Amino acid sequence: MKNTILRIENVSKIYGETEVLKDISLEVKEGDNVVLIGPSGTGKSTLLRCINQLTSINSGRIWLDDEEITAPGVNHDQVRQHIGMVFQDFLLFNHLTALDNVMVGPVRVLGMDKEKAREHAMYELKRVGLEDRAGHYPGQLSGGQKQRVAIARALAMDPRIMLFDEPTSALDPELIGEVLEVMEKLAKEGMTMVVVTHEMGFAREVADKIVFMEKGLVVEEGAPKDIFYKPKFERTREFLWKITELYGDHDDDDDDEEDED
Amino acid sequence: MADFLAFFGKYLPVLLEGTLITLKLTAIGLGLGFVIGLPVAVARVYGGKWIGGFANAYISLFRGTPALVQLFVIYFGLPDIGLTLSRLTAAYLALGLNSAAYQAEYFRGAIQAIGSGQMKAARAIGMTRIQAVRYIILPQALRLVIPAWSNEPISLLKTSAIAFLISVPDLMTEAKYVASKTYNPISSYLAAAVVYLVLSFIVNGVMSWVEKTSAIPGLKLGSTRS
Repeated sequence: MKNTILRIENVSKIYGETEVLKDISLEVKEGDNVVLIGPSGTGKSTLLRCINQLTSINSGRIWLDDEEITAPGVNHDQVRQHIGMVFQDFLLFNHLTALDNVMVGPVRVLGMDKEKAREHAMYELKRVGLEDRAGHYPGQLSGGQKQRVAIARALAMDPRIMLFDEPTSALDPELIGEVLEVMEKLAKEGMTMVVVTHEMGFAREVADKIVFMEKGLVVEEGAPKDIFYKPKFERTREFLWKITELYGDHDDDDDDEEDED
Repeated sequence: MADFLAFFGKYLPVLLEGTLITLKLTAIGLGLGFVIGLPVAVARVYGGKWIGGFANAYISLFRGTPALVQLFVIYFGLPDIGLTLSRLTAAYLALGLNSAAYQAEYFRGAIQAIGSGQMKAARAIGMTRIQAVRYIILPQALRLVIPAWSNEPISLLKTSAIAFLISVPDLMTEAKYVASKTYNPISSYLAAAVVYLVLSFIVNGVMSWVEKTSAIPGLKLGSTRS
């Protein structure tokens, strides 16, 4: 029986008059890779921001490990140290080299010794295949490289869970693969992940659980094979059909070749 | 022209004594303005309703009234409440407080141009707001602000001439002294103008150099997103 890392219970979020999240409940077990799919404006990204408390919730409760992080008096800055977040638009610190981007968290937030932090950061850069870009500034990196540095930056905090908010949506098509590869590798290494993405190939092959959301609600959740091949709801089937047509099916041949190397 | 050059050569040593005071007024005013202006800008952007409102009020007050009025209030007004300052101290303070308001506006613009994304990313790795401002926002904002902020040393250099009106022996005061001594106001004030102009050019050169050496590799000016 795997431990539960993240538990979301009846979470609601209201912006003005719009209820963006309606009574969402979700459980993520240790080592699980949960992929959130659904139309834009459905609240998937909002849900991620609520998990790491960048956005406050209106009702409901969220637990990380056994601590209720939505309880009053909880230090949100400390909670965020344990939750890695990767953004759609990378958001690397522009004035810092790749290495310093990865080091700054351990040094400034955890108070780690600089030498030790440097070693640790180099290890994380290696993990995303960018040790040779350590001295480059964000402005000197490609989009895919930026996103991999952003992943290394989050990993350097040794998070309990990683949240990915459409990590490949801002990338040129030819750069998507390198980021997905890194994410797949992390998943295989046992990292607990929640991923919002439109990459259905990734969802089908890497996810342990797929959650289909629409209009602030969880419509359906289940194993990839169930969601993709025998969805319970017509709406799920419709969405999957549309999105595979729009983004291409990542199960076809040329993609397999890429996976093999 | 030859007359003026001869005049300029003759009285330059006198004017240079005043120039030194003018430079001191500008440098200290600028430094004080930086030390006060930066926190005011941070308070204005991140301070919320009350602290931000207070910072805003400060900026409005000091940008909305003439520097000369501020100087007179400080030098002639403060003694009424028991605070008597020397001429020079009053001038430093007035220029510093005035410059702080302008500098705060430059800094605010730069901080806001950095965008909320950098703050979001800093918070996401567990930084507090203060850490994010200190380690992520300000290092970028202080580079971004340089072209706009470059106006301030030159502007303050010229504003510092108001110290003349409380008889601080600055460049302007010395020019006036030379004018009354030689009965040649045109050449005297023209000589002062030349000195101000040369100082402005020097300041400009220094700022361009700072801008170049502090640029972030690979980051194009005006594009702050990664």
